[in-house]
Amino acid sequence: MKKHFPMNHVIGFLLSIALTLFALFIAFETDFTTNVKLWIIGAFAIFQALVQLIMFMHMTEGKAKVANIINISYSVFLAVVIVAGSIWILTTGHAAH
Amino acid sequence: MKLDEFFVTGDPLILGSQIAIGLTMVGLVVLITYLKKWKWLWNEWFTTVDHKKIGIMYIIAGVLMFFRGGVDGLMMKAQTSRPNMEFLDAQHYDEVFTTHGVVMILFMAMPLLIGIINVVMPLQIGARDVAFPKLNALSFWTFFVGAMLFNISFVIGGSPDAGWTSYFPLAGSEFSPDVGNNYYAIALQIAGVGTLASGINFIVTILKMRAPGMKLMKMPMFSWTTLVTSVLIVAAFPIFTVALALMTLDRIFGAHFFTVAGGGDPMLWLNLFWLWGHPEVYIVVLPAFGMFSEVIATFSRKNLFGYTAMVVSIVAIAFLSMLVWVHHFYTMGNSAAVNSVFSITTMMIAIPTGVKIFNWLFTMRKGRIKFTNAMLWALAFIPNFTIGGVTGVMLAMAAADYQYHNTLFLVAHFHYTLIPGVVFAVFAGLYYWWPKMFGFKLNEKIGKWHFWLFVIGFNLTFMPMFFVGLDGMSRRMYTYSESTGWGPLLGISAVGSLVLAAGFAALVYNIYWSFRYASRDIGGDPWDARTLEWATASPVQEYNFAITPQVTDHDEFWLMKKQGRNTIKKEDVKDIHMPSNSAIPIILSVAMGIVGFFLVFEWVTLAAIFSVLIIGGLIANSFDYDDGYHIPAKKVWETEQKWRGDL
Amino acid sequence: MASQTSTPLEYSTKQNEMNILGFWIFLGAEIVLFSTLFATYFVLEQSYAGGPTQSDLFILKDVLIETFLLLTSSFTMGLAIHQMRGNNKNAMLFWTVATLLLGLGFLYYEINEFNHYIHEGLTLQTSAFGSAFLTLLGTHGVHVALGIGWVIALIIQVVRRGITAVTARKFFIVSLYWHFLDVVWIFIFTFVYLKGLM
Repeated sequence: MKKHFPMNHVIGFLLSIALTLFALFIAFETDFTTNVKLWIIGAFAIFQALVQLIMFMHMTEGKAKVANIINISYSVFLAVVIVAGSIWILTTGHAAH
Repeated sequence: MKLDEFFVTGDPLILGSQIAIGLTMVGLVVLITYLKKWKWLWNEWFTTVDHKKIGIMYIIAGVLMFFRGGVDGLMMKAQTSRPNMEFLDAQHYDEVFTTHGVVMILFMAMPLLIGIINVVMPLQIGARDVAFPKLNALSFWTFFVGAMLFNISFVIGGSPDAGWTSYFPLAGSEFSPDVGNNYYAIALQIAGVGTLASGINFIVTILKMRAPGMKLMKMPMFSWTTLVTSVLIVAAFPIFTVALALMTLDRIFGAHFFTVAGGGDPMLWLNLFWLWGHPEVYIVVLPAFGMFSEVIATFSRKNLFGYTAMVVSIVAIAFLSMLVWVHHFYTMGNSAAVNSVFSITTMMIAIPTGVKIFNWLFTMRKGRIKFTNAMLWALAFIPNFTIGGVTGVMLAMAAADYQYHNTLFLVAHFHYTLIPGVVFAVFAGLYYWWPKMFGFKLNEKIGKWHFWLFVIGFNLTFMPMFFVGLDGMSRRMYTYSESTGWGPLLGISAVGSLVLAAGFAALVYNIYWSFRYASRDIGGDPWDARTLEWATASPVQEYNFAITPQVTDHDEFWLMKKQGRNTIKKEDVKDIHMPSNSAIPIILSVAMGIVGFFLVFEWVTLAAIFSVLIIGGLIANSFDYDDGYHIPAKKVWETEQKWRGDL
Repeated sequence: MASQTSTPLEYSTKQNEMNILGFWIFLGAEIVLFSTLFATYFVLEQSYAGGPTQSDLFILKDVLIETFLLLTSSFTMGLAIHQMRGNNKNAMLFWTVATLLLGLGFLYYEINEFNHYIHEGLTLQTSAFGSAFLTLLGTHGVHVALGIGWVIALIIQVVRRGITAVTARKFFIVSLYWHFLDVVWIFIFTFVYLKGLM
């Protein structure tokens, strides 16, 4: 029966809950500076997203797995460009004065 | 709202257009009814899912929009042809330059390129159709509905008038309370949906449907540029979707993304607009590069020089194009670090582009060049585009840009990139692939008139604009005094635009003449070409390839001809699966158009009620299990016998 | 996974492979769409124009309920796919309905949340922060609502037609969509709610 038990999903689910609770703990029960907290919980969020992508969405299976990985990596790169770029451009220079 | 507020009144030019549009529409309906062609139109065209027919519809729409945008351009040139001219007033001039920009980029360049991609790319990779034929039809109809919605603005409600970039705060409801800018936000949104779907469709087609043996690095260059352009579409268009949605929320629902009053930031609009807008430039120019690559290789009768370098430079251009958007607003007062970084990334784009120019030149070197019309356009492209590219590097320098910014120098620069880079390419592509689409060639002699009038007219129109721009004339000025001394140069420019228009007229005449008189007996391969699309009949049979070709190398069709493999055997022909036509795409798109129209006029309740149509269309689509049909092998064999003759 | 030695049904035809790949690319576009909304939020998150701020508005308990509802629904959706691959139609439908109920619960709490904000004086028109925050959250909410409608349409199709290559493919795609909405929520949870309350 082991074959039919969705172990991956259960592990993924438990990891998601644990990461959410860790993030809560870091955010409200520690004395790091806000910046450090954001880096830590941001890393948790990315890890949790990977859990979803790999364990729930089976990104790395099927014939198109290379295309999928390139596609998602490129989209993440774009997300970083859009978010970091916009913040950098619109909150420095004229906005800072 | 009163009827006289609904229709634009009080301008003789617009009244004339209203009457002309009304008469044309009535005339068309009468004509189609008289010829009993409604059923034919519906079955053969409106509900088709055939990539070749969809491509042709894109091209027809694109040429019509070219006319519309061209008339706008001529009106601008007429207005600035002499100092203190009183042909258009300031408001009308604002509307005309706005619609000229939007129409030319989004409703002329995009559909012409996507149209040619649609016709050619699946054939070039040896595929039956695109990956999602029904989605492809939806792409076309959303584009078409979006374009029509945008175009009726000048007779119903009023045109947008804040420039094709629609910068806030001018484009906000405080300074542009009329419905014009709602048209901009909503029509482009509807068309954008289709473009995104096209992008996804083409990527999957190229990744999954190439003929056996065609490795990515053996794929023809035009298909490569299509792939990279599609990736850019998927990367950039969602940004525009969001930007337009935020604009709609600001204008119709009183949000404060870009309006200073509630703490919004007008520069955020610029930032989002150019995050999309710069890649958009490469979205239109990359397929054009691909077309030149095919045309130059075919008519130099050599394979493309530096294939790998070509692919690498396309990918590099695409990658960099996502990292340069700030060069459109260096002058907003960014920090020095921001301007420096974006200055450097912008200049870096010149490197891969230069690589491509040299590759084309080396492809021609020692080739036996045939000066067909398609080749002439490719030859004219290289020097003209280089002028555009070099002035682009001038503009890339942030410090110098403070002088050039928003002058006619900039306007001349981007016309020197977009006209040779896109319009020349579309002409080259049309002359080259016309036989594949329609089964006859365009006339070469009339084509020479088209070519020389257009190229000379183009240079006459835009070269003087560099100089008045350097002399300080800013763009979008509707009038100027005699003391500026710009009169003579702008006069030459206006004359040039008439020559340009004569060139376009020559193309239209060429299409008419060739349709009536050109020889239909041209075979499948009239240019002695190199890639797989020429292994089919002209016009292409509805199922594309009787037998999926086996690819061994670059320029596969050239090899097939050399090795005598360009024949088929009867026993290899099998039944061919075809998708059924569908009415869902056109109905869904028209529903979007209706909802969009209500939103333009801010009739939110009506829009909400009619949204049910869109949801209904989506549900109908989900429950549609039509599995298509098969063309029997016997019929395929008969068709093949007919055009091959020798079987 | 040990149990997947043969190709799952949803990948069994070329058209299915293409649809799934196409949907992944669409999800790439969705990532860009949501990052644009996030960028907008980050640029405007402190433009209150005298209106309420994050700490005036957010209630951690409600946010946590929504988070766990959506996390769990992502898990049950995964189980539904697992059962689909085992060809257990009834178990598959059971977990799908569970997903649906959890999704509806999420929506219920989210609508309450919106009501609460209006009550506290934050609307789309209040401030740039209000516009950006409500649009980000609302776009995610609309996606969830569409997802619910989509899942219902597919439940009907699976009941009628059983697990076939086509329904399996459609179902796999809706599951990708559903998990993706959870991914987006993780980032809203982290960078909007937690950051706003810290």
